[in-house]
Amino acid sequence: MKICCLVKEVPDAAVTKRMDPDSKRLDRSGEKNLNPFDTHAIEAAMQIKEGGTPVEEIVAVTMGPDSAVRALHKAVALGADRSVHLSDAALEGSDVCATGYALAKILETENPDLVLLGQQSDDGECYTIGAVVADHLKMPSLTQVIKMDAADGKLTCERQAEYGYDTVEIDMPAVISVGDAINEPRYPSLKAIMGAKKKPLDTKAVADAGIEADRIGEGGSRTTVLALAEPPQKEAGEVIEDEDTNETVEKIVAWLDERKLI
Amino acid sequence: MRQNGRMAITSVRKPKANPLDFLEIDSRLSDEERLIRDNVRAYAQEKILPRVPDWFEQGTFDSRGVAREMGQLEVLGMHLSGYGCAGASAVSYGLTCMELEAVDSGLRSLVSVQGSLAMFAIWQYGSDEQKERWLPGMASGELIGCFGLTEADAGSDPAAMRTRARRDGDDWVINGSKLWITNGSVADVAVIWAQTDDGIRGFLVEKETPGFSAIDIHGKLSLRASVTSELVLDDVRVPAASQLPEASSLGAPLSCLNEARFGIIFGAAGAARACFEEALSYSGEREVFDKPLSGFQLTQQKFVEMALEVNKASLLALHLGRMKDEGTLAPEHVSFGKLSNTVAAIGVARTARTILGANGVSLEYPVMRHANNLESVLTYEGTAEIHTLVVGAALTGQQAYR
Ligand SMILES: Cc1cc2nc3c(=O)[nH]c(=O)nc-3n(C[C@H](O)[C@H](O)[C@H](O)COP(=O)(O)OP(=O)(O)OC[C@H]3O[C@@H](n4cnc5c(N)ncnc54)[C@H](O)[C@@H]3O)c2cc1C
Repeated sequence: MKICCLVKEVPDAAVTKRMDPDSKRLDRSGEKNLNPFDTHAIEAAMQIKEGGTPVEEIVAVTMGPDSAVRALHKAVALGADRSVHLSDAALEGSDVCATGYALAKILETENPDLVLLGQQSDDGECYTIGAVVADHLKMPSLTQVIKMDAADGKLTCERQAEYGYDTVEIDMPAVISVGDAINEPRYPSLKAIMGAKKKPLDTKAVADAGIEADRIGEGGSRTTVLALAEPPQKEAGEVIEDEDTNETVEKIVAWLDERKLI
Repeated sequence: MRQNGRMAITSVRKPKANPLDFLEIDSRLSDEERLIRDNVRAYAQEKILPRVPDWFEQGTFDSRGVAREMGQLEVLGMHLSGYGCAGASAVSYGLTCMELEAVDSGLRSLVSVQGSLAMFAIWQYGSDEQKERWLPGMASGELIGCFGLTEADAGSDPAAMRTRARRDGDDWVINGSKLWITNGSVADVAVIWAQTDDGIRGFLVEKETPGFSAIDIHGKLSLRASVTSELVLDDVRVPAASQLPEASSLGAPLSCLNEARFGIIFGAAGAARACFEEALSYSGEREVFDKPLSGFQLTQQKFVEMALEVNKASLLALHLGRMKDEGTLAPEHVSFGKLSNTVAAIGVARTARTILGANGVSLEYPVMRHANNLESVLTYEGTAEIHTLVVGAALTGQQAYR
């Protein structure tokens, strides 16, 4: 089988994020990193491969500016066999729908049996790319998957839900977005890092993948950001000093009760 | 304008110095160097650091376990090529030492002794058979090596060593003892330097060889999370094939030390950085006289002095690393770096210690552990005085050792 992992370059977690009021977009300058959730997707692919299911190839796929090559290097250091970089000025300003469409077009050229991705990106936090991609590819999709077993062309997955988890069986090809509870990503070895640059990397422009120009970029996006507002200031919390534990418990219960939370 | 500490709406991102990388030294590293550095940092901080205080308190170290872990990361002998070694650049090796020593000098010592002293000695001066026999296992961390040069009465002046190897038929018989040997009692192979009728030679002595024994040194107040031993060689008989064929003088062990010192230049900067960062975060939260400790002029002066030293030490390390990769690094440069960065790091550790007050003397914080460790780092691999003499000789053309 062939697995494609969608990966994204995001601002480093330590960087304070900033919205630019002129472009109404997130300022993505500064220190960047491979989206942490995507490292779990790659690890999940590696575990399928190492678990005995024959996997011919793991391909890391990204859409992003030139600098996104760094995220791809990290992805191949973590185990992907090669990578594909969709990079084109025409893609700038794409919203979730446009991004999902463009990624789906690239994935069509790869024809994978399984598409894995992190359930959310550290910057956009939309949680939706997996579903959009699956819709375009006409593949079944699961989100927030925290356990996954592959056998006989099927996947058995546990999907995190508010009340616990669902166990779902799904036919491949499929698109699965994973949560960070699914595994502990490995630390790449030095040789894997040093070998990353030697693994094949295809850079593709919009035209190479048959992506229609009017469905991407700011113009091709169906959402328009009208205004930005700072989130409301959080109220200062109430600190309960734990002097007598029984009393503390009572205070917490009373506090929750007042707000009808229990 | 900052909201929730994470997100803000502002027209411009103003260039602003990052307290943790004031001079933007990271921007001078290649993508690959950063990937390597970040990976070692993540592993060392997440997997090793939580275990260090206990080791330090008990004066023990899981040398075998840690060697295997380092072997999996492929950092043992990483700057060497072939025989299972990664063949990384000098800068990548240095950055690795920096991250390891930011956790503990004992951790970096294990990796330095393994890669730069024991493996380098075999790689540079060994026969093909010796390289095949030892290097792959040492690179993977399955086998541990140590490097025995220092003796009770020969430290700064290793030429005064008393350990002797004499020819007996096809064999060598070695007698003597070595003191202060890192990894000594856990090593599968000891690189032993001894006097012979033809000058100083190196020998590979296997752990189980009759007459060879190792006794751990206890009661160290520094590098407690590191094994240090005395090696005793009592009529130790080794075959001719265990002599390092290409090592023909004291220059050989000194060249190995030069490799390890290079790692210390980066490592000391890492320990200093760790102390600085700890003090910085501590003082932002610690309130004295109703405001954060970091808001007082006296404290800020300490931070500025520490930041100057940490940034200069890192710049110096990187500069010397680039010179090593270009092939222009002379031993005097290494002495300059080792001297400058170990002295700077000790100063930073002591200053950081004061900022933590009483907590500064506790093992719950890393600062005094680093300060204590750095006392060893100042002394081993050539003392600060000896490196002063090396640089002095290079500046004036006059040797002042004797
Ligand atoms: C924790 C630890 C681990 C070690 N690991 C190893 C190891 O793995 N392998 C190994 O071979 N060795 C190892 N050493 C030994 C270390 O390299 C020596 O301790 C060091 O070289 C100094 O030697 P010494 O202790 O005999 O001090 P001495 O040489 O006796 O020096 C004592 C003092 O005299 C000064 N001095 C010496 N000569 C002069 C001079 N000409 N002019 C002015 N001042 C001078 C020194 O600078 C120092 O301040 C280790 C040491 C420690 C503490």
